Amino acid sequence: MDPENQGKIKSLVDEHGPEELVVVLGAADLESIEVTAETLTAGDPAYVGPLAGVQLGLPVLHILDEEVKEQADPDVYDEQVGLLEMTLDTGAVHEAMRKIRGGP
Amino acid sequence: MRLAGKKVIALGERDGVPGPAIAEVVRSAGAVPVFVETECFV
Repeated sequence: MDPENQGKIKSLVDEHGPEELVVVLGAADLESIEVTAETLTAGDPAYVGPLAGVQLGLPVLHILDEEVKEQADPDVYDEQVGLLEMTLDTGAVHEAMRKIRGGP
Repeated sequence: MRLAGKKVIALGERDGVPGPAIAEVVRSAGAVPVFVETECFV
């Protein structure tokens, strides 16, 4: 994950507190989802950015999670994500998110 | 998790769903995007 963005997110957590914040990812591949989620929960696994060794413990959702879709305006969701939802490998995304949450 | 009232870090990706699209969606759910970015994962 981009070190510059790690620094900005760290500042946001300092400013708002982790309980106020939720991360929503848009990445499509397993590795990217895993690395980003790990960086924002347990710290930068590459130990290069400002989040190296910093456990933010932020809740991480994915834009393709049913949980997100259900809460959004259906028209807005269709307009912004509908086409991508059809072309992306949603199965891989759901699998990655299950793994992150420690599910089976 | 309820999104309404939360501050959202919308971390999109060039090969997936971009940050601004995530921001629009969470805004429609009553959340406030405070950081919107589209990363390029390599």
